[in-house]
Amino acid sequence: MSEPVLRVEELRTHFFTKAGVVKAVDDVSFIVNRGEVMGLVGESGSGKSMTGYSLMGLIDPPGRIVGGRILLDGIDVIKLSGEEMRQMRGNRVAMIFQDPMMTLNPVLRIDTQMIEAIVAHRKVSAGDAHAMAAAALSKVGIPSPEERLSAYPHQFSGGMRQRVAIAIALLNKPDLIIADEPTTALDVTIQGQILYEMQKLTRETGAAVIWITHDLSVVAGLADQVSVMYAGRIVEQGTAEQVLGRPRHPYTRGLLDSVPANNARGARLKQIPGMTPSLLDLPPGCPFRERCSYAQSDCARTPLMRPLTAGQSVRCHHPLA
Amino acid sequence: MLVYIIRRGLQSVVVLFLMSVLVFVGVYAIGNPIDILINPQADQQDRERAIAALGLDKPLPEQYWTFFTGALHGDFGKSFVHATPAISLILERMPATLELAFAAMLIAVVFGIPLGLWAGLRPNGIAGRTIMAGSILGFSLPTFWVGLMLIMVFSVVLGWLPSNGRGPTVDLFGLIPVSFFSVDGWRHLMLPATNLALFNVALLIRLTRAGAHEALLQDYVKFARAKGLTNRRIIGVHVLRNILIPIVTVVGLQFGALIAFAIVTESVFAWPGMGKLLIDSINVLDRPVIVAYLLIIVTMFIVINLVVDVLYSALDPRVRLTESKG
Repeated sequence: MSEPVLRVEELRTHFFTKAGVVKAVDDVSFIVNRGEVMGLVGESGSGKSMTGYSLMGLIDPPGRIVGGRILLDGIDVIKLSGEEMRQMRGNRVAMIFQDPMMTLNPVLRIDTQMIEAIVAHRKVSAGDAHAMAAAALSKVGIPSPEERLSAYPHQFSGGMRQRVAIAIALLNKPDLIIADEPTTALDVTIQGQILYEMQKLTRETGAAVIWITHDLSVVAGLADQVSVMYAGRIVEQGTAEQVLGRPRHPYTRGLLDSVPANNARGARLKQIPGMTPSLLDLPPGCPFRERCSYAQSDCARTPLMRPLTAGQSVRCHHPLA
Repeated sequence: MLVYIIRRGLQSVVVLFLMSVLVFVGVYAIGNPIDILINPQADQQDRERAIAALGLDKPLPEQYWTFFTGALHGDFGKSFVHATPAISLILERMPATLELAFAAMLIAVVFGIPLGLWAGLRPNGIAGRTIMAGSILGFSLPTFWVGLMLIMVFSVVLGWLPSNGRGPTVDLFGLIPVSFFSVDGWRHLMLPATNLALFNVALLIRLTRAGAHEALLQDYVKFARAKGLTNRRIIGVHVLRNILIPIVTVVGLQFGALIAFAIVTESVFAWPGMGKLLIDSINVLDRPVIVAYLLIIVTMFIVINLVVDVLYSALDPRVRLTESKG
C-alpha cells in the first residue's frame, strides 16, 4: 500500500488549567492507511475525542498541542498557519460529531449550511453549489433532496440530521473523516443504517475514517485497525481481529468482558473495577495499575508501547497470553 | 398568522380599556384640577361655571362615559389647560420624542452589539474586561446625572455642542417635523440621544456578550469550524443569527421604554417632546392629556410587541405564530 493518509507521531495535547496540566493526549502515535477504518476506542475522558480535535486543529485554549507530528498526506498540519489550517478543515479532513441534534445550526436552512461548506474551499457558482449539495443529500439516502434542501434542521429526525452531517462531511471529498461517536445518540436501528451508509460511502469515495467510539460492537463490524486509548495514551493497537479476538492488554480484555453479549446468560455482568484516573498530574507508571488484577510492583514504571506479534503492539509490562 | 394578529388585537383592546379606567380613577383620586387651574380670587359662581365647562360637575362614571364615547370616535377630550384637543397636543410633540428615541436606539445598537460581540469572543482580554467594566457604569449611573455631566463637559467646558433644545426642523412628507436633516439638528440631537442611549448600550453589550459566549460553546459552532468556514462567517452568520433572537426582543421592548421614559432626558436637555408635556400635564392634573398620552404609549408597546413576535418567527424557524394558549 502507498503512503498512509495520516501518520500521527508522538502527539501530545495538554491543557494548562489553573489546577495543573491535564495531559489529555500523551504520546499518541498511529497510522491510518488510505481507505481504511481505524477504530479509536476508550472510555469517556480517555482522550479519544481530544485526539480527533487535535487532528482538526480545533483545540481551544487552555489546551495546546505541545509536541509530535501530524502528517496528513505527508504535510505536518501542526506547522500550518491558521488560514492553511482552515483550508484543510472540511476539505482534506472532515469531522462528524456525536449529537446530530446539536451540530446543525438551528436557524439556518440546510442548503445554507451545505453551500457554505463548499464555497469555503473552492470557487463555484451558486447553482453548481446547490446541485452539489442536492447530490450529496441523495447520496446519503435522503429522499427528495431538492425539497429537503430548503428545510430547517428541526424538520429532520435525528437519524436524518446525522445523514445531513455526513453529507456535509463528504461534500469536498476529504481524504480522511473523523467520526466522533456519530451513532451514540441514535436508536439502534438508525445506528445500523448510519453505519451501513458510512461504510458504503467511504468505500465509494476511498476516504479513510477514524471512528471514535466506546462501543466495541460498532468497531468489530466496521474497523480494519483498532487503537485502544486509556488515560490519554494508546495502550493497545492492532488489526480488529487481533485486538478484539485476542486482546493482550488487561484493559482491552476488561472492555471486551464488559460487553453484555460476551457474558454467559444469567451470569453476573463483568465490569472493570474503579474508574478512569484524573488526567491532572497523573503519577508515573502504568495508569491502569490501580484497576488491574495483573498489576505487579514493576507497573510503577511507565510501560512503553512494544510490538508483540506482527501488527499488534501493547503498552503493558505483563501482556496477556 | 391572521388569526393570531386578530386575537392579539382583541386582547389589546381589553388592555387599553382597563388602563383608561385605572388612569381615569387614579387622576381623579390625586386631586381636583380646578384648585390648580382657577384663580384663587375667583368667586363661587366663576368657579362653578369653570367646573361645569370642564364637565367636572358630573359623577365620575358619567365623566368616564363621556370620555369613552368620545374616545370611540377618536376624540380624547380637550386639554384643561390649553383648551385644544389633547391628542393633537401629544401628536405635535411626538416626532421630537420619536426622533430622540430612534437616535438613542441607533446608538445603542451600533455600539452595543459589536462591543458585546468583542467582549464575548475575547472574555479574558483587556478590551473585553474593559468593555464589561464600562457596561456596569452604563447600567448604574443615573440618567439625569450623566445628562448633567454631558452638558458640563461638552457644552460648558468644551463648548462643542448646544446644551438644550432641538435644532431647526424640516417637515418630512410635509407632515412630520424632523431635525436630522441639518447639521445643527444633529448637534442638538447628539447629547440627549447619547444620554438616553447609555443604559441601552450597556444592556446590549451584556446581552450580546452572554449570547455570544454561550453560542460559541455550542456544537454547531464546532461543526462550522470543522467545515473550514472563516471566523468572519462563523461569527457573523452562525453566532449572530442565533443571538439576534433575544437581542430583537430587548431592542423592541427597550424602544418602547425609551419613548415612555425619555422624560428624564427631555427634562434635562429641555427637549420639546411628549415626556416633558406629560410632566407638565401631571403638575396641573390635566387629565385628558395624561389619559391620552398613556393610551398612546400603551398602544405603542402593544404594536412593538407584535412586531417583535413577527420578527421572531422570521429569525427563528422553530417559532411559528399560532394561537396562544394564554
